Amino acid sequence: MGIKIGVLALQGDVEENVNATREALRSLKLDDGDVVQVKYPEHIGGIDGLIIPGGESTVIGTLAMLNGSLKVIRERISAGMPVLGTCAGMIVLAKRAYDRVVGETRQQLLNLLDVTVERNAFGRQIDSFEADLSIKVIGDKPFKGVFIRAPVVKSVGSNVDVLARLDDSSNKIVAVQQGNIIGTSFHPELSGDTRLHEYFIRLVKEYKKK
Amino acid sequence: MMNISTSNISLVSTELNARGIKMDRIDALPVTKGTTLVKRGFAHMQKHGVIMDVTNVEQAQIAEDAGAVAVMVLDKLPYDVRKAGGVARTASIKVIEEIRDHVTIPIMAKCRIGHTEEARVLEAVGVDMIDESEVLTPADEERHIWKWDFTTPFVNGARNLGEALRRVEEGASMIRTKGEPGTGNVAEAIKHIRIVNSEIRRIKAVYEDGDMQELIRAARELRVSYAYVLETARLGRLPVVNFAAGGITTPADAAMLMSLGCDGVFVGSGIFKSQDPMERARAIVIATSYWDDPKVVMEAQRMIDEGKSMLGMDVKTLELRMQERGSEA
Repeated sequence: MGIKIGVLALQGDVEENVNATREALRSLKLDDGDVVQVKYPEHIGGIDGLIIPGGESTVIGTLAMLNGSLKVIRERISAGMPVLGTCAGMIVLAKRAYDRVVGETRQQLLNLLDVTVERNAFGRQIDSFEADLSIKVIGDKPFKGVFIRAPVVKSVGSNVDVLARLDDSSNKIVAVQQGNIIGTSFHPELSGDTRLHEYFIRLVKEYKKK
Repeated sequence: MMNISTSNISLVSTELNARGIKMDRIDALPVTKGTTLVKRGFAHMQKHGVIMDVTNVEQAQIAEDAGAVAVMVLDKLPYDVRKAGGVARTASIKVIEEIRDHVTIPIMAKCRIGHTEEARVLEAVGVDMIDESEVLTPADEERHIWKWDFTTPFVNGARNLGEALRRVEEGASMIRTKGEPGTGNVAEAIKHIRIVNSEIRRIKAVYEDGDMQELIRAARELRVSYAYVLETARLGRLPVVNFAAGGITTPADAAMLMSLGCDGVFVGSGIFKSQDPMERARAIVIATSYWDDPKVVMEAQRMIDEGKSMLGMDVKTLELRMQERGSEA
């Protein structure tokens, strides 16, 4: 049986992540791999990897808390299930998050990824941007980062690897990995480049083997 | 620069000499702001969500806590605009700034149709999306704003496919199918999304038949460039995110519009003209996300009290039909 990847389908760019994952599975020739939308706790039990999409982290956190998904997601990730959080998804995964202007808020977090995230770190929508990033673990070819009201990782715990900074001289961390958890400030699902989703799928494959 | 292809965001015929695109640097890295991908991408992040009309900080915070994906700042709720009469303009800058600094979700504000400089003011104050809206009194009967000149994305209203695609052609990054604002009556919103859907079904069938001559005829009828009609026919949906708006009052209203293929909903007067705004706001958020699960929508509907819904109006007897504003342009 092939791997089954779930995209948390409460709010945000769910279909975009489903499409990007499908394309990544194709490019890895994993024809028996499957992508499904998940929104109930009982669906989260049946997947081998989870993607928490872009959107509004406050909304995704609230909805996941209300129906009990948040708890199940936390248990499964703690038990080793790989997860990819893009933008809002990374915020929801984090241990600590605050807004650049408003400061601390009461939003629901999974409290798993040992980082402090600053929300809206580059400013408002008018400051959203595209830029070519260097992400060593997926190869030398630059990766188009699509940053939309994007967060930035301000500090990381000792168990967290930095996958990418805005550029090598920058202190702005935009992609991290802590074992089975990957978080990005940007939206790999919008860049038309599936390498980051492929990188995640490889983690899922390894996990499934165990 | 726009040589990328992505199946996830349509980049059809974008950027006719777009002056909204800005080259910049962050630290040492060259970055590009205001691209179509970034502007339409913003709208994609709002999908499956509820955007709520608010007039002050208190309402904005209730909306954020309830799970709104964004707030729309107005001087008056559409219901009150309708009652007050006179000229309706953009909200006070001080109110927009205050809300901007007290919520973490995106803020939107309305400008008058065709009022480029009112929109410039909103861009300068830092709203995340500008709504060129028929709820306000139009400033130009002939022309809408040329939105490619802005770095900030726009949302526009539409009652049919031609109107929607003409707005996208002018640079709108998101469409909301119009209802009749401030009425508490969802009938017009349903009517217009059904019109858009059936027009798309028609051109999709023509496209699948390979009848390009008929597709060009459709473009002439819709008064929009062929490229937009072709892209819409190919996708089988609008090339940008489409929310429903106008008259949404209950969780079931929101679920109904989601079932017709909307990507999310705007709620105007329906929340803060009710007597149970906090419960109602959250209930509509839940119903929008779980629209295809009647049990959850029922639970959401249970959270509200029909006795506390805004009374609403019959759209047939209205003197002012806001939806008609700017439709012919």
